[in-house]
Amino acid sequence: MRKKLAITGNEAVAYAMKQINPDVVAAYPITPATEIVQIFSQYVADGEVNTEFVAVESEHSAMSATIGASAAGSRAMTATSSQGLALMFEMLYIASALRLPIVMPEVNRSLSAPINIHADHSDTMGARDCGWLQIYCENSQEAYDSLIQAVRIAEESLLPIMVTIDGFIISHAMEAVDTFDNKEVQNFIGKYKPAHPLLDIKHPITIGAIDFNDYYFEHKRSQIEAMNNVEPVILKINEEFKKSFGRGYGLFEEYMMQDAETAIVVIGSTAGTAKVAVDNLRKQGKKVGLLRLRVFRPFPAEKLSKALSHLKAVAVLDRSTGMNAYAGPVCTEVASSLYTHSDLPASQQAGKKPKILNYIYGLGGRDIFVEDIQKVYVDLENVAKGEKTEKLINYIGVRE
Amino acid sequence: MRRSKVSDEKKGWKELPIGAILEAGTAKNYKTGDWRHIRPIWNKEKCIQCLRCWIYCPDSSIIIKDGKVDGIDLDHCKGCGICAAECPVKPVKAITMVSEKEIK
Repeated sequence: MRKKLAITGNEAVAYAMKQINPDVVAAYPITPATEIVQIFSQYVADGEVNTEFVAVESEHSAMSATIGASAAGSRAMTATSSQGLALMFEMLYIASALRLPIVMPEVNRSLSAPINIHADHSDTMGARDCGWLQIYCENSQEAYDSLIQAVRIAEESLLPIMVTIDGFIISHAMEAVDTFDNKEVQNFIGKYKPAHPLLDIKHPITIGAIDFNDYYFEHKRSQIEAMNNVEPVILKINEEFKKSFGRGYGLFEEYMMQDAETAIVVIGSTAGTAKVAVDNLRKQGKKVGLLRLRVFRPFPAEKLSKALSHLKAVAVLDRSTGMNAYAGPVCTEVASSLYTHSDLPASQQAGKKPKILNYIYGLGGRDIFVEDIQKVYVDLENVAKGEKTEKLINYIGVRE
Repeated sequence: MRRSKVSDEKKGWKELPIGAILEAGTAKNYKTGDWRHIRPIWNKEKCIQCLRCWIYCPDSSIIIKDGKVDGIDLDHCKGCGICAAECPVKPVKAITMVSEKEIK
């Protein structure tokens, strides 16, 4: 039966995994993701799922075993964070190139050094080129819903997917989550029908073979095409989800954007805080908006640029750095989308794009407050008025 | 490896199976035997049929017939010498390694 539960983000994710009932989970613990698999292994011990649980010796092995299980033809999942994701690095590329629909909850935690266990996006941003789909959730409800959607998205696009929540902020904080009935979840995700399972010994295959320079490029081009075709799949499955369950999520969420003159682009739980700032400023009559980017891979360049091009100024908030002496990863991609997807003909281009500012914040779990975000909108207002050109890179909350 | 040209008779990306999946068992057709520097010589009379060479061979190159060792698959044997190293027969092993140069 449907239940409204008071649970943490990790509990919500583990509960969704229970209802998905994957065939195999191979995992290794790491803070703050450990609880997901810890709770799930209790479900295994209690016989509430039929999952084959494999306790491996490292995250590299976790992803390797998950890849093997998925290639064998099973629904395979794992969960990790930060250094664990980093340790899986080579295997992430392999999972996506082998077109395996692995679903992985990922708890966003900063990468060492220094060792830090708190929330920032450096881990999954570091994996943005590996060919995995990436959905960043604002809260536990979205994480629960998105994980269920993710099974269908992955299996229809035949690409692995990571569904993320901010470490501790969401993973360890209690919220009210509306959950579905076990049967409803099973009906929505359906049965997994693998095209070429290794366990089908009547149709043996070779998987993961070598390519020389005469075919690698063609195989990669094929994989690029797969990623190019994902956007409509996400939207279609969301429509189905909305029909079945009465709520849904798109590629990004537009909050008070319609008549906005300036806006912030943000990913994850900070959007919740930012919406309060928007509400406060709207009460003062300021025309401000918020765009919460949810699907980062594939990057919705065209739709995003359309949603932002009418603005006078945009502040992109990055909870990670690019370490590129330029700008954060979200900023570089948002900014370039406005450049490459402009509707204007070349003759009208000059000076007709929103001014872009990048705010690096929240690294290593540094808190961000409503006041901080309201200050950003003040900067945006100054830039929109043309009063002065602000610096491209700004930092929120770091001691100078 | 000669450089591939666009004009080669090779498949375009649209013709390739997704995930770069291939048929199984293709390694059989790829002969690696010419990589050898030393070659195992199997002595049928000395062999005690313990099958240790077959167990340890990393290239599946010990030929088995009716559950007994029957020879070496020289198309795929890379001459690593593990079979000779593992052979327990004394005082002279049933498998010994000789240089490829000495073979005519």
